[in-house]
Parts: sequence; C-alpha cells; structure tokens
Amino acid sequence: MSQPPKTALITGGSRGIGRECALRLAQAGYNVCITYISKPEQARETCSEIENRGGQCSAFQLDMGSREAISEFFAGEIRDKVDLQVLVNNAGMTQDGLLVRMKPEQWENVIRVNLTGPFTCLQQAAKIMMRSRYGRIINLSSVTAQTGNAGQANYTSAKAGIIGLTKTAAQELAPRNITVNAVAPGFIDTDMTGSLPEDIRNRFLEMIPLKRLGTTRDVAACVAFLASEEAGYITGQVLGVNGGLYM
Amino acid sequence: MSVEQKVKEIVVDQLGISADEVKPEAKFVEDLGADSLDLTELIMAMEEEFDIEIDDEKAQELLTIQAVVDFIKANQ
Repeated sequence: MSQPPKTALITGGSRGIGRECALRLAQAGYNVCITYISKPEQARETCSEIENRGGQCSAFQLDMGSREAISEFFAGEIRDKVDLQVLVNNAGMTQDGLLVRMKPEQWENVIRVNLTGPFTCLQQAAKIMMRSRYGRIINLSSVTAQTGNAGQANYTSAKAGIIGLTKTAAQELAPRNITVNAVAPGFIDTDMTGSLPEDIRNRFLEMIPLKRLGTTRDVAACVAFLASEEAGYITGQVLGVNGGLYM
Repeated sequence: MSVEQKVKEIVVDQLGISADEVKPEAKFVEDLGADSLDLTELIMAMEEEFDIEIDDEKAQELLTIQAVVDFIKANQ
C-alpha cells in the first residue's frame, strides 16, 4: 500500500484566516483538508483555488459545536485515511453583547464552538499524532484574550481558554514530538471584523502602532511557520500577530 | 486469537519492543520502559480492541501484562 499523503487539517478553512492558512499549507506541500459550516460554495472555491495551483484539497461540512460530529469526522475521514501532520484549530464565531445582557445561549454557543470544539479536535488529532510521533498543532487565539474586549465576555473567555489549552497540551504532547502553539491575531481585515462600524475601526487603528489592520496573510505566514518542521523547538507559545496592539 | 496473544501484539506494537520481551509478569514501566504517555496509549488501544472501558483509577493498577489480560477476561 502506498504511503497516505501528508495532510494538514484546517477547521473553518473556507474563508478568512482559515482559507489563507489552507492556501499557504497547500503551497508548503501538504494535502489540505478544510472544514466549513455554512458556506459550501466558499469551501469549494478555496479547494479549486488550491487545485488550480497544483495542490490537493478536500472540504467537509462539520459543526464545531458537536462533539459527536467531530469524533465521527475524525473516525471516518482522518484516522487511517491520511497522515495527519498539522492541525490548525481556526474555526470560530462571535455572538457579542455586553455581559449584563448576555444570554446563557450566547455564552454557551461561543464557548462550545470556540473552546470545546478546538479541544475535541486537538484530542482527536493528538491520538493520531502520538502514534506517528510527529505533529504540529496551531490554535487560533486572539489579542482580545490578552487585553479583554468590551462586548465579548464569551469570545475573550474562550480565546483565553485556548491559551491555557495550548500550554497544557504542549506539555503533555512534547514527549511525542508534537508541538502545540497558539497564534493570537489582532485586528485582521476579515468578514468577522468587516461588520464593525467605521468609527470603531478607526478607534482601533489609532491604537495599533503599525497603523494598519492586519491581513489574513500576516496571520497565515505565522501559522505556516509554526506548522513547519523547522519550528520544532517552539512549543507552548502564544505568537501575537497584532501590529503591536498588545506587547 | 486469544486475549493473551492480542494483548501481547498491542504491547509489542505500542512500545516497539520484541515479542520475546513480553512475558506475562513483565512490568510496563520497570521492565518494558514505558512512560506515562505509553501507558495511556496502551490503555486506549486495549479499550478500542476489546470494546471495554478502563477508568483511570483501575488503569493505575494494571501494571503488568498478566494484570491487563485478567482484567479484560473478567470484563468482556
């Protein structure tokens, strides 16, 4: 039997930061698996973009809010099918609101998708990577986990949780040559931030020493580096990609 | 395949040791050089293979191959 292809799995890979990570990792020579939740046409578009550049990409609809769905996905599509070397825990969502007005569902949805989902993916991926004695796991946190952000009690808590998860996983998995790091983007120009009103965008810009929004490329370049073999002595770190917004 | 043989096979595969090192009384840590992650992986592999659940407390008592075999036979 031929060797299964070296694969990078990017959750939430159809658009924004995840899409750019998929393109970069395909360029680095990985077969790419992306998951998406709501936009199959964008996932297909990401795949064709990768294929047009000579890469391999497959897309799967996966609800990060469902533990069962994640386990089934790993059992059916990843374990024993591909050589999983890289996991990028990118999928995420926001449901903003001031904390005194935040509904229990708002809190629970965001924690489930942004923290429990990545935990479950990490757990599944680790079981596979432990056997192969190699792995690179990159979790997307956020600068708001480090600074706080009014209106995002749920999101910032989940993203701060990601940092704790990253450091613990890094300690537990180091003996198996698996590195686990977090990337904490600042204010990046994506769908998630595009909906903000002009004056809030401008207020953010004033606080960023580099005086511009970040691009998905800025983030994907760091993810690709941490995913590379050369980054093998870096684990448990939080790499800020924030234009100096938080130091 | 008997439980003994299957357990032996999993241990050989998991710890990357030769089959003749795997004696029933061999201790995973002291004799076979397993670390704590190895033990966790062994327990996970046994659970999957024999479709049983081994809780963490019980797992800590399973120090030898014979102990694992006995446990599986008693719980299958």
